[in-house]
Amino acid sequence: MTEVHDPLMTAVGLRKAFGRTEALRGVSMSLAPGEVLAVTGPSGSGKSTLLLCLAGVLRPEAGHVQYAGQRLDELSESQRTRLRRRELGLVLQFGQLVPELTGVQNVMMPLLLNRHDRAAARTSSLGWLERLGAGQVADVVPGEMSGGEAQRVAVARALVAGPRVVFADEPTGALDTLSGERVLEALLSSARDTGAAVVLVTHDNRVAATADREIVLRDGRADPRLVT
Amino acid sequence: MSLGHVLLGVLADGPAHGYDLKRAHDERFPAVKTLAYGQVYATLARLERDGLVEVAETTQGAGPERTAYALTAEGRAALLGWLEKPEPAGPYPADDLVRKTVVALRLGADADAYLRRQREVHLARMRELLALQRATDAVDARIVVDHTISHLDADLRWLETAANRLAEGRGR
Ligand SMILES: Nc1ncnc2c1ncn2[C@@H]1O[C@H](COP(=O)(O)OP(=O)(O)OP(=O)(O)O)[C@@H](O)[C@H]1O
Ligand SMILES: [Mg+2]
Repeated sequence: MTEVHDPLMTAVGLRKAFGRTEALRGVSMSLAPGEVLAVTGPSGSGKSTLLLCLAGVLRPEAGHVQYAGQRLDELSESQRTRLRRRELGLVLQFGQLVPELTGVQNVMMPLLLNRHDRAAARTSSLGWLERLGAGQVADVVPGEMSGGEAQRVAVARALVAGPRVVFADEPTGALDTLSGERVLEALLSSARDTGAAVVLVTHDNRVAATADREIVLRDGRADPRLVT
Repeated sequence: MSLGHVLLGVLADGPAHGYDLKRAHDERFPAVKTLAYGQVYATLARLERDGLVEVAETTQGAGPERTAYALTAEGRAALLGWLEKPEPAGPYPADDLVRKTVVALRLGADADAYLRRQREVHLARMRELLALQRATDAVDARIVVDHTISHLDADLRWLETAANRLAEGRGR
């Protein structure tokens, strides 16, 4: 059993290299339940890599991630998959929608994987698309959406199953200020409603200012002086 | 923009007393210097002399006599004429953010640390403004806050670029 004040998620000494590129060189951080954390830093500083390690998509070479008292590296593959489906919502930076499926079908996917009733899944998915201002692309395939529409569909898909942590990589990156405001508001208000924590990778200062706390990455390290 | 235009602009919302004008102005533009009453009354007198505003009503309450002013047709025309001309795009003078950074570099002091402290202050202010903006439904109030936020954003981008330039300089 974890204590109420325990962090929901901690990472200790994460290292990850791609060939000779050291994307993460020992990053430690923690996330409290319901907390909104911004991850900022220059291009190539390791933000997306950190997010993917936290979400259990990438395996760090050293260090470990702990979620609700459990080390991700000690879970079996099927336990990790289950965790990703039920507890974590992920909005990736690039190409994440299934190209053959329409907007609403993409949003429904996590619910269907969790064996929800199809009709109910469709109704709640349409509701999420509306809330994010993307109702008009419910029956459109990703190839025919604008970048911002696709981004909103991806956010809807990350939120639809009511995750405990939402990871979002540049969720407002392709959006103008007002559309970005709307997506961020939907993301944060739904997180508030369900008590979910949110990790936002962002270059957008409005987004960073909305977070409770900020981690700044530089060359694969969390600048300790920059953790506010 | 002259104070005359400022007051005419506030009167575009409807007749008001000098006191209310000051209050409406200070509330709507929280980021700029507040108006002084003396200035407001002197300017109203000049605008009245020039026919741009007129006395709408004088009331005698318990206190001193209060005069409400209204925009005249000429006042409205003056505002419309002023709207026709876009403002010059700058130049924006190097402000204290830039000066401090340059001085830190000249002194060999910790410029990074300064940039970081400044980012925190700017982010905190942006957080307050975003909350202020969310708290209102008035379109004009939201637009006013957008302007302040955009300038803070420009400063924040500059702070980030400056920090990256310093890192780039060290890497060479
Ligand atoms: N799959 C990959 N294969 C090879 N190199 C990778 C891979 N993913 C990331 N990298 C490298 O790791 C470093 C960190 O990349 P990462 O995507 O985490 O940066 P980022 O901070 O998210 O940048 P951006 O702001 O541009 O999205 C970069 O040098 C990048 O080239
Ligand atoms: Mg990235």
